[in-house]
Amino acid sequence: MNEPSYRSIAANGLWNNNTGLVQLLGLCPLLAVTSTVINGLGLGLATTATLVASNTTVSLIRRVVRPEVRIPVFVLVIASIVTVIELSMNAYFHQLYKILGIFIPLIVTNCSIIGRAEAFASKHTPDRAFLDGLMMGLGFTLVLVTLGGMRELVGHGTLLSHAQLMFGPGAKALTVTVIHNYGGFLLAILPPGAFLGLGLLIALKNVIDARRERRAARAAAPAAQPAGTPA
Amino acid sequence: MSYRQVLVTGLLLLLFAVAGTAMVAFTYQHTHGRIVDNERAALLHNLHLLVPPARYDNNLFKDTIEVRDPRMLGTDDPVTVYRARKDGKPVAAVLTPVAPDGYGGAIRLLVGIDYDGTIAGVRVLSEHETPGLGDKIEADRSDWIFGFAGKSIGNPPLDKWKVKKDGGAFDQFTGATITPRAVVKAIRKSLIYFSRHREALFAKAGSAGGEKGAGDTGHDNGPAAAKAGKR
Repeated sequence: MNEPSYRSIAANGLWNNNTGLVQLLGLCPLLAVTSTVINGLGLGLATTATLVASNTTVSLIRRVVRPEVRIPVFVLVIASIVTVIELSMNAYFHQLYKILGIFIPLIVTNCSIIGRAEAFASKHTPDRAFLDGLMMGLGFTLVLVTLGGMRELVGHGTLLSHAQLMFGPGAKALTVTVIHNYGGFLLAILPPGAFLGLGLLIALKNVIDARRERRAARAAAPAAQPAGTPA
Repeated sequence: MSYRQVLVTGLLLLLFAVAGTAMVAFTYQHTHGRIVDNERAALLHNLHLLVPPARYDNNLFKDTIEVRDPRMLGTDDPVTVYRARKDGKPVAAVLTPVAPDGYGGAIRLLVGIDYDGTIAGVRVLSEHETPGLGDKIEADRSDWIFGFAGKSIGNPPLDKWKVKKDGGAFDQFTGATITPRAVVKAIRKSLIYFSRHREALFAKAGSAGGEKGAGDTGHDNGPAAAKAGKR
């Protein structure tokens, strides 16, 4: 089997095949926790850690596991990893854990994780599987953070509030109040805000892709046209 | 598939199950103590907001009793009462009643009541009210919840323990009447419960015995600690 280049793995995870914007996997946590930047970042990093660990493990054992039992084995691996991450978060980021609550154990059910295990990690070398997990996770985190930022800004008029939950008491200064004496815009914080925000992000990605395509086509066109032909 | 193959596949599955369980058990062992400490610290932080450490010298975690009164305390489950004493004399009790009729379901409260029947303070432990409207009962969203400190059964009179819309003495929020109504009702009932059972609430010795213990950091796995672990 020919191995994809590191570059293409990164491009796939971060942009072309982004979990949140293109595959549209893991939408439940994506929509539920992105009310602030910090919530999004917390869940994004936890998901990334899970993806990296599960992808690497699945790739390492890919020659040992028989095809008949591969799915149960993947499920076992992923469930164990998520439980370990959940316990560690509860121990070391207790406040954040309480806010993200049920969505940490529910990472198990995020389709993108078993999806990457089955579609990528079980067919490629550990280094590539590791990178794929990292890039898919970061791509997902990027969407969570952007959406969290949009909703927090519109809904509360702040950015990075409760940063101390993640980075310790010193990080309280990170919180930026963008709009002072802002009454808040409830719609952005409630679930509809998440759907609207995600819709806008997907649209934005499509616009950027279309523009890039047009530019690429325009760049290719003069070369294809013979010189001197009247326009 | 031959028997041999089935056996090998089955053993493989077993191996992964054992490895996964071992990993989770190992992490649990290493994080359990810290998680229990975190939960206690979070609870103690809340209790100290109502009854500052200077006011008592007993072990709040050990000196608890469980009481059950679905009508007055809003839940069929036993409710934990933390008792603060100084030099053996009762100072205050912190009740954990439930306001069952919030807009988004049950609201769990922490109601501190001094021995003389005045409220030391009230905090919300958990709620599912509408963000931006009902969640103003949270101390970090608005000052509303601080208004209860210093109030008692006679101040305002018992028939004024309602929101203003119902002819009472307490503010409701614009756009949210149900939530404050539920909270005021639950606090009122807690006060009545306290005045009826005051001596009984302070009488029995702590479930784990040593209520005279000065420190509140000691490790034990008594019923009080187990209860504290339930958030």
